[in-house]
Amino acid sequence: MEWLVSACFGVMIACGVYLVLRARTFPVILGLTLMGYAVNLFLFLTGRLHTNLPDIISGSQTRYADPLPQALVLTAIVIGFAMIAFVVVLSLRALGELDTDHVDGRQEKPPS
Amino acid sequence: MTLALIPLLPLLGAFIPCLFHNRNMNAASAGVIAGLSLTLLLLQAPAVFSGEMPVFSRTWIPAMGLTFAFRVSGFGFLFALLVLGIGLLIVLYARYYIAAEDPMGRFYTYLLLFMGAMLGIVLSENLILLMVFWELTSISSFLLIGFWRHRADARQGAFMALVITGGGGFAMLAGFILLGHIVGSFELTHVLAAKEAVHAHPLYPVTLILILAGAFTKSAQFPFQFWLPHAMAAPTPVSAYLHSATMVKAGVFMLALMVPVLGGSPLWFYLVSLTGLITLMFAAYMALFKDDLKGLLAYSTVSHLGLITLLLGLGTPMAVFAAVFHIFNHAAFKAGLFMLAGIIDHETGTRDIQRLSGLKTAMPVTAVLTFIGCGAMAGVPLFNGFLSKEMFLAETLEPTLLGSAGWIIPLGAVLAAVFAVAYSIRMLAGVFWGNPSKDLPRSPHDPPVGMTLSPLLLMAVCVLVGIFPAFSAGPLVHAGAGAILGPAMPAVSLAVWHGFNLPLVLSMVALAGGTLFYLHRHRLFDTHVWCSRYLDGKTLFESLVSGLVQAGDRAIRFLENGSLQRYIFVLISATVFLGAIPFAVSRAPLLGTVPTTPLDPVTLVMGLILIIGAVATVKTHRNRILSIIMLSTVGLVVSLAFSRFSAPDLALTQISVEVVTIILLMMALHLLPQSTPVESSGGRRRRDGILAVLAGSGAAAMAMAILTRPYDTISDFFLAHSVPGGGGTNVVNVILVDFRGFDTLGEITVLAIAGLIVYALLHGFERNAPETDDMGRPWTRDRFPMILAYITRPLLPLALLFSAYIFLRGHNDPGGGFIAGLITATVLTLQYIASGIVWTRPRLNFDNHIVMALGLILALGTGLTSWALNYPFLTSTYEYFNLPLIGKFELASAMAFDMGVFLVVVGSVMLMLVKLGSINSEDAGTVSFSAFLDKNLENEPLEEKTIEKETQ
Repeated sequence: MEWLVSACFGVMIACGVYLVLRARTFPVILGLTLMGYAVNLFLFLTGRLHTNLPDIISGSQTRYADPLPQALVLTAIVIGFAMIAFVVVLSLRALGELDTDHVDGRQEKPPS
Repeated sequence: MTLALIPLLPLLGAFIPCLFHNRNMNAASAGVIAGLSLTLLLLQAPAVFSGEMPVFSRTWIPAMGLTFAFRVSGFGFLFALLVLGIGLLIVLYARYYIAAEDPMGRFYTYLLLFMGAMLGIVLSENLILLMVFWELTSISSFLLIGFWRHRADARQGAFMALVITGGGGFAMLAGFILLGHIVGSFELTHVLAAKEAVHAHPLYPVTLILILAGAFTKSAQFPFQFWLPHAMAAPTPVSAYLHSATMVKAGVFMLALMVPVLGGSPLWFYLVSLTGLITLMFAAYMALFKDDLKGLLAYSTVSHLGLITLLLGLGTPMAVFAAVFHIFNHAAFKAGLFMLAGIIDHETGTRDIQRLSGLKTAMPVTAVLTFIGCGAMAGVPLFNGFLSKEMFLAETLEPTLLGSAGWIIPLGAVLAAVFAVAYSIRMLAGVFWGNPSKDLPRSPHDPPVGMTLSPLLLMAVCVLVGIFPAFSAGPLVHAGAGAILGPAMPAVSLAVWHGFNLPLVLSMVALAGGTLFYLHRHRLFDTHVWCSRYLDGKTLFESLVSGLVQAGDRAIRFLENGSLQRYIFVLISATVFLGAIPFAVSRAPLLGTVPTTPLDPVTLVMGLILIIGAVATVKTHRNRILSIIMLSTVGLVVSLAFSRFSAPDLALTQISVEVVTIILLMMALHLLPQSTPVESSGGRRRRDGILAVLAGSGAAAMAMAILTRPYDTISDFFLAHSVPGGGGTNVVNVILVDFRGFDTLGEITVLAIAGLIVYALLHGFERNAPETDDMGRPWTRDRFPMILAYITRPLLPLALLFSAYIFLRGHNDPGGGFIAGLITATVLTLQYIASGIVWTRPRLNFDNHIVMALGLILALGTGLTSWALNYPFLTSTYEYFNLPLIGKFELASAMAFDMGVFLVVVGSVMLMLVKLGSINSEDAGTVSFSAFLDKNLENEPLEEKTIEKETQ
C-alpha cells in the first residue's frame, strides 16, 4: 500500500511541477492545485497509513491514527484553497490589466 | 535601575530636543539629559573606585541567552565619563557652532541617540545587547555625519562610514555568537573568565578574526582607515565627538575589553600589533600632507588609534595601562583640537592651512589653546600626551615575539612620533605664525566665550594631567586598567619625571626630528603629491563598491530576467538538487525496517484513477474545461484516500473544499481564455518534463523512505487528554479548537486576510466574458436553468440544517467549524449559481466582511475571556447539561471558538466567490433567467408569494 501511495504522491508532484512551468496562468493554477493536494497528502502520510483507526475516542478502540498531522492538514487544506483563490484572482486581474494570460505579461502576437 | 538609566536616558530622551523651536532650549534640553545621565554615572563612582562592579540585570529572551544587563567596570566608567563629559562640552559648543538655518533640534536628537548608544556599548554586560548598541552607533553616526544632507560629500562620507563599520559589526556579531557558543554564555562576566577554554577551542582563530574585523573597522585601522577622513564632512562638533571620545574609540574599547579573553596568543599579537603599527605610521605620514585642518586631525586620530591598537597588541600589563591612559589623553586633546579647528573655520571661513597664516594677533586665546593641544598631540613634556607617549615608547622597547626583527616596532614608533611632531608644528605654526593672511572670507577674531569654554576646559585638563598626573587622572586610569588586567595590574605611579632613560631619549629624538622634518617639508611634499595620485582609499572603495554593484546587476539580470517560468525553473531545480544531496550522500538504505502493508484491489483501483487523473490533467491542459474535470477526479480520490486511511475529518474537509475550488476555477475560466495555445518549443517541454519526473521521483522516494521507518509521535498526549482535558472525543477537532487553538486563530486570520486581498484585487475591476467560445459558438441562452433554480431553493434550509448538525457534532464526531463553514458556503454559492447574482444578492443580504469580522472577534474573544479569568489565553472549559426532551448534552467554550472559525470560513469563502461572480454581472447580450424572473415577478404577484415562501 505504501508503494501505491508514494507513487500517487510522486505523480501528483511531477504533474504539478510540469504544469507550474507552463507559460499561461491557468495551467499554473492547475499545477498549484495539484501540488497542493500532493503536499497535503504528504503531510498526512507523516502520520503513517492506518486502516479503520479514526481518531474518535471510544471504549472499543485501543489504537488510533496520529491525530496531529490530521489537524495540521485540515487547516492546510482550507488555507490552500484561500491561496488558490488568491492566485486565480491575481491571474484574472493580470488578464484585465495586460490583456493577456501569459505569466510574463507577454502580449499576444497579432494574427497574421 | 539607575544603572540602566545611564544609557537609556539619552536614548529615550533623544526626541525631546526636537520638540523645541528655540535654539537655546534645544541645547539646554540635550544638556539636561546628558547631565542627568552623568549624575547617575557619578553616583556609581564610590563603588567603582572601591573596586566593585555594580551590575543591573533583567531577563530578556532567556532561551537565547539574551539578558538586559548593564555593568559599570572601572574601564566602562572611564569610558562613560569621557562619553558624557565630552558630550556635555560638545552640546555647549554646538549651540554656537551650528548655524541658525540648520535644524538644531534634529542635531541634538541625533547626538543624544549616539551618546546613548555609545554608553550602551561601554556599559553592556551582555555581548548581544552590546551588539545592539554597537549597530546603533553605526546608524546614529551615519545620521550625524550626513547631517548636512544637501551636501554630496556628507552623504558619501556617511554612507562609507555606515558600510565599513556596519560590515565590520556584522563580522563582529558572528564572532560574538561563536564566542558565546564556546563559552556557553553571552554574559561578559562569564566570557572574560573563560580565557583557557576560548584559546583551546578550534574556533578561536575564526572568532578572533571576526571580532577584530569589527573593532578594526570601527577604529579605522589599516586597511579600513579611509572612511574616517571622509567622515570629516560632518559638522565639526560631530567630528570632535566621534573622533575623540566615542565612535572610533569604540573599536579600541572592544580590543581592550577582549584582551583578558582573546589576548595573549601569538595570533593576537601579530594581527593586532602589526595592524596598529602600520596604521600608526601610515596615518602619521598622511597627516603631514593634509592642508585641511580637519583632514590633518583626522589622520592624526587614525594614527593615535593605531598607537593604542599597537599597545593592546603588545598586551603586557604596562602596555594595557599605557593604552588606557592614552585613550583618556587622546580624547581630551583631540576633542579640544577639533573644536579649535572648528572655531578657526567658523571665524575665518576656511580650514585650509595654505590660506591661513599669522592669526595669533587676531585670535590670541585660540592660539594659546591650540598651542596646548598641539603640544599634547606631539608629546611635548608637561602636557598629557607626553606621559602616555613615553610609556608607549618604553613598551615598544620590550622584547616581543618578533625576536631579532623586534627593532621594527620601536623604529616605527619613533618615526611615527617624528611625523606627529612635524604635523603638530605644521598645524600650529601654519595657522598662527607668519604674516597675517589678507584674503580671508571673514575678518578673524576670537569667538564668544560660550564657544571657547569647551576647548578651554579640555586644554585645562591636558595641562593638569600633564603636570599632576597622579592626582588628576591617576585614580581613573588605575580603575580603568585594573578592570581589564585584574590581578595582573602593575604597581605603577604616574609621574612627569622618570629620570634620564632610553624612552626619554627617544622622545627628544622625535621632537628634534619632527622640527627638522617640518623645516624641510617642501622637498617631501613634492614626492608625496606624486605618490598620492595613485593611492587613495576613497577611490579604491568607490571602485570596489561600483564593481560589486555591477556584478550584482549582472547576477540579477541573469536570474531575474522578468520571466516567471525562469524563476520557477530555477527554484524547482535548486529544490531538486538540494533534495538529492541527502539521497546521494547517505549510506542508509532507501527503505526502512517497517514492513509495508498489503494492497487491496479497491485501493489499487482508486490509486490508478488518481494517477490517470493527474496525468490526464497534464495531457488535456490545453483544453481547459476538460482539464478541470480531470483535476477534480484527483481531488475526489485524495478525499477518498483520507477516508480510507482513518481521517474522516480530512475527507469531509477535502471534499467540500474540492467543490468550492472547482466552482472557483469554473468561474475564472468563464473570463479567461478557454484553451491554452502551444507556445513552448519541444525542447523546453522535454526539459520541463525531465525536471518534473525528477521532482516526482524524488518526492516519491522520500515518501517511501519515511513510510517504511519507525517513528515517535507526541500525539499520545492529545489522545490521552482529549476527553478529560478538552471534553471531546474527536481528537482532531479538539486539537484544532483547544490544544492548538492559537494556531487555528492564526490560520483563520490568514484566511480572512486572503479573503480581503481577493476582494481588494477585484474591487472596481470589471471584465466581460467573451460572447462566444473559442470556436465561435454562442453561450447557451438559458444561463440559469429553471429546474436547477427551483431545486436549490428548498435545498437551502435542508443544507443549512445539515451544516448545523455537522457543526454541533464536531467536538465528538467528524465535523466542526471548518467543515460546517465550507458546507454552508457551498450551499449559499449554489444559490448564486442557480439563480444568478442579481436575484440572489438582495435575498442573501448580509455583508460577508461583517460575518468574517464577527468570526474573528468571537474567536479572539473566547481567548481573551479565559485570559480575563486569569487562565492562559484560549484555555477552554466544558460542562454537561440536561435538558428535557433533548437529553444530556455538552457545552464547551471551545464551541464558541469553533463558531468563530465557522463564521470566518463562511465569510471569507463567500466574499471571494461573490466578488468573483459579480465581475461579470452586467453581462450584455445574454438574457439572464433572473432578469426574466424578476420581470415576471412584477407582473405575477401570485408567483412572488410562492417563491418567498420557499425561500423563507
